[in-house]
Amino acid sequence: MLTENTMERLRILTESAKYDVSCSSSGTVRSGKKGMVGNTVGGLGICHSFADDGRCISLLKVMLTNSCMYDCAYCVNRRSNDIPRATLSVTELVDITMEFYRRNYIEGLFLSSGVVRNPDYTMERLVAIVRKLRTEHRFNGYIHLKSIPGASQELLSQAGLYADRMSVNIEIPKEESLKLLAPEKDHQSVFQPMKLIQQGVLENKEDRRRFHHAPRFVPAGQSTQMIVGATKDTDRDILTMSSMLYGQPTMRRVYYSGYVSVNTYDSRLPVLKQPPLVRENRLYQADWLLRFYQFKVEEIVNDQFPDLDLDIDPKLSWALRHPEAFPVDVNTADYEMLLRVPGLGVKSAMLIVNSRRYGKLSSYDLKKIGVVMKKAKYFITCHELASPLPGTILGVNELRPERLRALLVSPQERKLAEKEQQLTLDFGV
Amino acid sequence: MTVYSFDGTLDGLLTAVFDAFDRHEQPEQLLTTGDALPLFCEQLHEVMTDEVKARRVWTGLEKRLSREALRLISVSGFSELPELFNPLFNYVCKTFRLPPDGKSIERNFADPDVLAVTNIARKVLYEQLRMKQFIRFQKAKDGTYFAVVSPDYNVLPLIIEHFRDRFNDQPWLIYDAKRHYGYYYEGADKPIRVTFEDETTVPFNLADGKLSDDVLSSDDHLMQELWRTYFKAICIRERMNPRKQLKDMPRRYWKYMTEKQGV
Repeated sequence: MLTENTMERLRILTESAKYDVSCSSSGTVRSGKKGMVGNTVGGLGICHSFADDGRCISLLKVMLTNSCMYDCAYCVNRRSNDIPRATLSVTELVDITMEFYRRNYIEGLFLSSGVVRNPDYTMERLVAIVRKLRTEHRFNGYIHLKSIPGASQELLSQAGLYADRMSVNIEIPKEESLKLLAPEKDHQSVFQPMKLIQQGVLENKEDRRRFHHAPRFVPAGQSTQMIVGATKDTDRDILTMSSMLYGQPTMRRVYYSGYVSVNTYDSRLPVLKQPPLVRENRLYQADWLLRFYQFKVEEIVNDQFPDLDLDIDPKLSWALRHPEAFPVDVNTADYEMLLRVPGLGVKSAMLIVNSRRYGKLSSYDLKKIGVVMKKAKYFITCHELASPLPGTILGVNELRPERLRALLVSPQERKLAEKEQQLTLDFGV
Repeated sequence: MTVYSFDGTLDGLLTAVFDAFDRHEQPEQLLTTGDALPLFCEQLHEVMTDEVKARRVWTGLEKRLSREALRLISVSGFSELPELFNPLFNYVCKTFRLPPDGKSIERNFADPDVLAVTNIARKVLYEQLRMKQFIRFQKAKDGTYFAVVSPDYNVLPLIIEHFRDRFNDQPWLIYDAKRHYGYYYEGADKPIRVTFEDETTVPFNLADGKLSDDVLSSDDHLMQELWRTYFKAICIRERMNPRKQLKDMPRRYWKYMTEKQGV
């Protein structure tokens, strides 16, 4: 039974869980069933609300308990922190989830926990909750379960039958840095459960080929998260790790979490006034390039450019480093090349590929379709821009990349350039 | 200038297409009944909506357009926007002018009519997604879940199946306060369309969607309070970003949303 007393504990456990950024409810399409509550819609999932920090609320993101036996420097719940500790009972958690779900507040549950006693003990209790939700309450909505590093394979295989997605957080991309901040952990303890989950999914795929009714195992795959800005690791370290992870067949999402200074007293951590939000955003953009724009990680960051440019997005940054690839003719270029044009997205590239079969596209058409011409105009030629009239628009090669970069970054530069491009009539005054 | 006027329904529009081909003419403008006539109107044809004719035109479209394009056309109809009529009319006419085995124009987004219809359909789809996101139910004493909405477009018919599928074991009512109708689902069978003869007698407040206290189930206040507590706790104060919040959750939805309502 839920009471007023539950409220305070829910608050504490939410405060403890909120630094985990994953929230998506994507990856599984499962329609409703008679006698069961809920469905999952797949696609992009559904965000039910947006908190004051602008982040979406899709799942009930909460911890079972925030007591933890580990002392990781970056974590708000570390053993040595003096914060209120709380635990929700299995029934309470299940009831809150069901009541919230039935009111359309949430898409499902994202359950994680501090490690108490030992990994198996903790994992067992997590499994108990999802089992109760699925079997007793016939809950058919989304469940994202954090798997506890070090938990046994049997427990993971049980959990995988109830959860849609499972995740283990890498947190720190380089092992030496991890060792520094969390001496009790190593990369092995993260990769081991990842491997087990992946193995489970692949075996399950095989089983389902033979027995159509074999229950599904973690159908929405895995995700993980890395903290940005708590260590000296470069964007190259982070993105190389992401790219490696995306190479695994079940890894669906890597999240980046700009480090919020929660443990300011620890001298191993940098003192940040503000979480590195711009860097986090640039990393997500780079992540997008890896997943949807067919970029390779070395094209985005490499020995020469180990960190992303904070002033411009990584695609524009690539384009400015490779002026020889432009201009791109939108009426003939491959889809892959269109994706590389700054200002063109997956959607507009698709629209262009479809529409140009009917006739040549002009810059007016492109604008109508939704291309960001402010950026794209320096990198493309289209119907009328290829016309013999000289100097209609200066491209990246005529302007030089350095100049164009300044132009796109600062508004004063832009005004200056507009003036230059305008015809001025000298009346000899 | 030839002008057609019709009743503003999708069937009426399809009938207008039928008439245009029947009379071998292409009207320059399509008006809804009651609109002011343009200045140089030489010929006005009053379209009488005819289901049989509309059906025939639709069947013809089914042969010429993909299912996705047909879906977008019917979705765009839920927008109730007057600026849809002319582009949609032209789009359908153009489709029939093309040879039946040729390439349809549905994916030519450089065509202003196709683009306009597609964009309107997209807006409607966005609005229905927002309903799926932001609808908030309150539980009544008898176990029925209530939600009031006032979407920009008439999207209720598009979202009902989602809610029936998701909440198939609980009775619910979703009511559109702007268009004065709703859908009631009993807990089995199909949701049915309902209207209230006298809206003042409904047990919920149409302005903020709140169920009146004598109908509200006893634990609902606690659940709402729990949800508001959660909503506040999940926010990372160091990352405050109200602009992003407003972009993804515009203020017009807030009035019916539990987490944005005070006690």
